[in-house]
Amino acid sequence: MSERTKIDARGAYCPGPLMELIAALKLVRVGDEIEVLSSDKGSANDIPEWVKKVHHEMVGITEEDGYWSIVVRKAK
Amino acid sequence: MAKKILIVGGGLAGTIVANGLCRQLHEELASGSVAITMLGASQTHMYQPGLLYVPFGRMRESELFRDQRKVLNRHVPYFVDPAKHIDVDKKVVTTESGKTHSYDFLVIATGSRIRPDNIPGMSEGGHWFYDLDGARKMRDALDKFEGGRIVVNINAPHKCPVAPLEITFMLRDYLEAKGLMDKSEITYTYPIGRLHSLEPVAAWAVPEFDRAGIKSETFFNTKSVDAKAKTITSEEETTLEYDLLVTIPPHTGQQVILDSDLGAGGWVPTGRNTLLREGSDNVFVVGDTTNLPISKAGSTAHFEADTVIDNITSLIKEDRWARQYDGKVFCFVETGLNSGTYVWFNYTTPPNPGPPSQMIHWFKLAYNRLYWLSARGLL
Repeated sequence: MSERTKIDARGAYCPGPLMELIAALKLVRVGDEIEVLSSDKGSANDIPEWVKKVHHEMVGITEEDGYWSIVVRKAK
Repeated sequence: MAKKILIVGGGLAGTIVANGLCRQLHEELASGSVAITMLGASQTHMYQPGLLYVPFGRMRESELFRDQRKVLNRHVPYFVDPAKHIDVDKKVVTTESGKTHSYDFLVIATGSRIRPDNIPGMSEGGHWFYDLDGARKMRDALDKFEGGRIVVNINAPHKCPVAPLEITFMLRDYLEAKGLMDKSEITYTYPIGRLHSLEPVAAWAVPEFDRAGIKSETFFNTKSVDAKAKTITSEEETTLEYDLLVTIPPHTGQQVILDSDLGAGGWVPTGRNTLLREGSDNVFVVGDTTNLPISKAGSTAHFEADTVIDNITSLIKEDRWARQYDGKVFCFVETGLNSGTYVWFNYTTPPNPGPPSQMIHWFKLAYNRLYWLSARGLL
C-alpha cells in the first residue's frame, strides 16, 4: 500500500521546494508519493525537470489559488 | 507543585531557550514554582560555525568550546545523560542511564547530525568540516594538497545553507594564497538546478564563480563515491574525478526521535507558526529538529527559541499564548577570506543580499565571539 506525504513549502525560500522534495524522497519507499505545495512558480518547472533526470515519476501538477500542488512518485 | 520545563538537547537552540526562560521566569525559579532541567550529550558547548575556519587555520580548536554549565544559567540543572526515549503521551523522557524525567512543558532541541555513511563510499573517500574530527582531517588534507582537482559536493538535507558557498570561496582564496590555484581546479556540485537554494544568492554566485574560475555541476545528488578510483557519481548519472573531495554530507535528525516514533528522518512534524509538535499542546520543537521547510541554521534556532521563550513564559505567567514565529532566518555569507555579505528572510519576505564588503566580514568575525552572548540569552 503506497502512501502520500505532503510537504507544505509555501513561502519557503531556503532550502526551497525542490530541495525539500529531494530530502523527503530519501525517507519514503519506492511507490510512495510526495505532494509538494509551492508558492514558487519556478518549482512547477524545476521539479518536473529534475524528476525526469533521475527517473522518478511525475503524477501531476495543479495550479491552485496562489500556489502549485506537485505530486511525485518515487520510482527507484 | 513546580511547573517542570524539560529541555532535551544542549546545543544552541536548547541553551538559548533555557537561559531566556531563566531571565523571564527568575521570580518563579527563585520561589520554586517553576523548575527548568536540561539533558545534553556533552560537557562542552561547541560553536559550530567556527568549524568552517578550522581547515584553514583561522580558528583554533580551543576557541570553539566552552563548558556548557558555564554557558547555562546556574538555575538550570544540566545532566550529561542524553534522552533515549521521549513519551509525549505519558509526558516522560527516559535517558540513556535509565533515569526518567517528567515534565509539564517539553522543549525538543536534539538537532541534526551528518550521515556520510548514508552514501556508499563517502566516509572513505570524502572530507568534511561539519564536525571537529572531519575539520581536523580536512585541515591535514589541505596541508598536504599540492594542487589538483577539488570537488566541493553538497547533499540534501544539510544545515547552514550558506556554508557550501563559503567553503568554496574560502578554498579558492586559500589555494591562491598558497600559489596552488594555477594548478588546481574547483568544481562545486549542488542538488538543484542552480548554485544555491536562495535565488538571489544563486544569481550573485554565478559571476563570482566565473571571476574566481570555479566550475559547477548542478542537479547533482550523490549516489556513490569510489574512494579507490577517486570518483563521485550522482543520481543524475554524472561522474566526476577528484584528487580531494570536500563534501557536505546529508543530514538526519537524532536517533532518539526515530526511536520515539516522533518523526521520519528524525525530524519532528512542527507547527510553522506555533513551533508546537503537531498533536501536542505542551511540546515545543526548536532548531534543526523541526520538519519545517526553512533553513537549518543557528539563526533559525535563535529566532525560534525567542518565540518559544515568550510563549512558555506567557503560558506559565498568564495562561495565554504570546506570539507566532514568522519564519525569520538571518545568515552571514563569507565570500572569501576577506569579504562577506548577509541575507535575511521570513515566510513572507524574500531574501535580498547586498554587495559583499570587508566590513560585513569583520562583523562576522566579531559575531564569532559574540555568539556566546547569544547562547547566554543576552544578544
